[in-house]
Amino acid sequence: MSSLSVILLTGALVAAACALLGSFVLVRKMAMMTDAISHAILPGIVAAYFLAKGPNLIAGFVGAAAAGLLTVAFVEALQRSRKVTKEAAIGIVFPALFALGVLITSRFFADVHLDADAVLYGSIELAAEDLLLVGDRSLGPQALWVMGGLLLVDLAFVLLLYKELKLATFDPALAASLGFPPVWLHYALMAMVSVTAVGGFTAVGAVLVVALFIVPPATAFLLTDRLPRLIALSVLLGVGGAIAGTLAAFALDTSVAGAIASVTGLIFGLALLFSPTQGLLRRAWRLAAQLPRLP
Amino acid sequence: MTPALEVRDLTVVYRDAPALDRATLAVPAGTLAAIVGPNGAGKSTLLKAVQDLVPRVNGEVRVFGVPYRQARLRVGYVPQRTAVDWDFPTDVLDVVLMGTYGRLGWLRRPGRAERETALSALELVGMRDLAHRQIGQLSGGQQQRVFLARALAQQAELYLMDEPFAGVDAATERAIVDVLRGLRAAGKTVVCVHHDLESVPDYFDWVALLNVRVIASGWVSEVFTPDRLAETYGGRLGLLTRIGMA
Repeated sequence: MSSLSVILLTGALVAAACALLGSFVLVRKMAMMTDAISHAILPGIVAAYFLAKGPNLIAGFVGAAAAGLLTVAFVEALQRSRKVTKEAAIGIVFPALFALGVLITSRFFADVHLDADAVLYGSIELAAEDLLLVGDRSLGPQALWVMGGLLLVDLAFVLLLYKELKLATFDPALAASLGFPPVWLHYALMAMVSVTAVGGFTAVGAVLVVALFIVPPATAFLLTDRLPRLIALSVLLGVGGAIAGTLAAFALDTSVAGAIASVTGLIFGLALLFSPTQGLLRRAWRLAAQLPRLP
Repeated sequence: MTPALEVRDLTVVYRDAPALDRATLAVPAGTLAAIVGPNGAGKSTLLKAVQDLVPRVNGEVRVFGVPYRQARLRVGYVPQRTAVDWDFPTDVLDVVLMGTYGRLGWLRRPGRAERETALSALELVGMRDLAHRQIGQLSGGQQQRVFLARALAQQAELYLMDEPFAGVDAATERAIVDVLRGLRAAGKTVVCVHHDLESVPDYFDWVALLNVRVIASGWVSEVFTPDRLAETYGGRLGLLTRIGMA
């Protein structure tokens, strides 16, 4: 496989996994929580690196999930105290955790892989270089295995618990009274988001992960009003954005992560203007059609 | 006969002040029951605490003689219409299908039988034609009917409804009353948080007057009296009790 096709495929897999979960996050009105989680998992990954005495995938995912859940728990506890609003709670918790990760990284791991550039901007350009080795045999690029695995786990999660997640999102009280504790489902979803954010984080960096989680579902929300279609469309838009962004970055010789995020933003802008049901142009046209009838 | 709903010494505290103080009542099976009282009297809290949706400090709840947890699926719930986001991307039928999820349990998806249940529930509330309408396009009265249909799809024996008549038009109010009477005729029990005192004797058999504590409860003909109402809605005794507890 050429290096470009590995990068394309990696980006597509990450984008699909993020959009899949992002659809639920969006309808739960928790978009900024993914931003918080994608930053706050850094100390979890660093702690895992420390405990496993080196890079270890499983430890990294466990560390990320733990840090992500801790973030959610801290934000909710702060919010419950009613001393700060939810946005402020998010803004207080994640910089603190991210900063902790940065401090530990620059104090103890200044010489290793976990450098600041990779954390902030991702390293999808290097996707083809790390190979998954079993004994002496190479099974191909590790990034593909990791991102593919993440997508499969997310897909299984959403397919198995679709009905439960939908109910707990639309009407948590009914979910609770029917025996589906909304708190469990909430934390399960947040754990999946944290683990998936590791993938997004490695590919496009902590700053742009939120673009993959939120922008494609927000675009799909402008184009459909049914959840299954919203999810499918989000995944398509995410994958399309990742592929178009990567190709654009290679053509223009610029950052892949930056190009992917720009393309998803551009697609959102187009949908906002031209959506046949909710687009701004459609609304303007409808208003204009009403005008001659006014006295 | 075992009461449909039995609540003993139920106490709920929100931020230091009691929302419910040792509420005790027993709703006979097969009746239409109203819970009335002023704002902040703990009416919604009572329905929620019965279903473990808010933590209770003390008290016991029995549904048809067994603890609530064992009778969960025999209880249908109609929350306040404003409790959910009607911009959620789904249609009417899908919301009504949610009523069947409890019987389905974890992981199983609704199939043809559940669809039939949901459609006949919609038929009962006069909304079958709107089964595929996006929920954001419904009027307040239609939203209330959807919630009622969803509770019917739960095929419960005891229904707890939080202000089913709030903000609905006259036609919807009549439709809801018809459904409630149909439920009673089928031997079900309905407990409604209700605001309109005038319609209580017309719609309900049994009533609980609530103002943080239960002022009185029993058959409408016996306990729905001017004295008791004055006491519930800010008579001298009620006021003193509230000051005493603050």
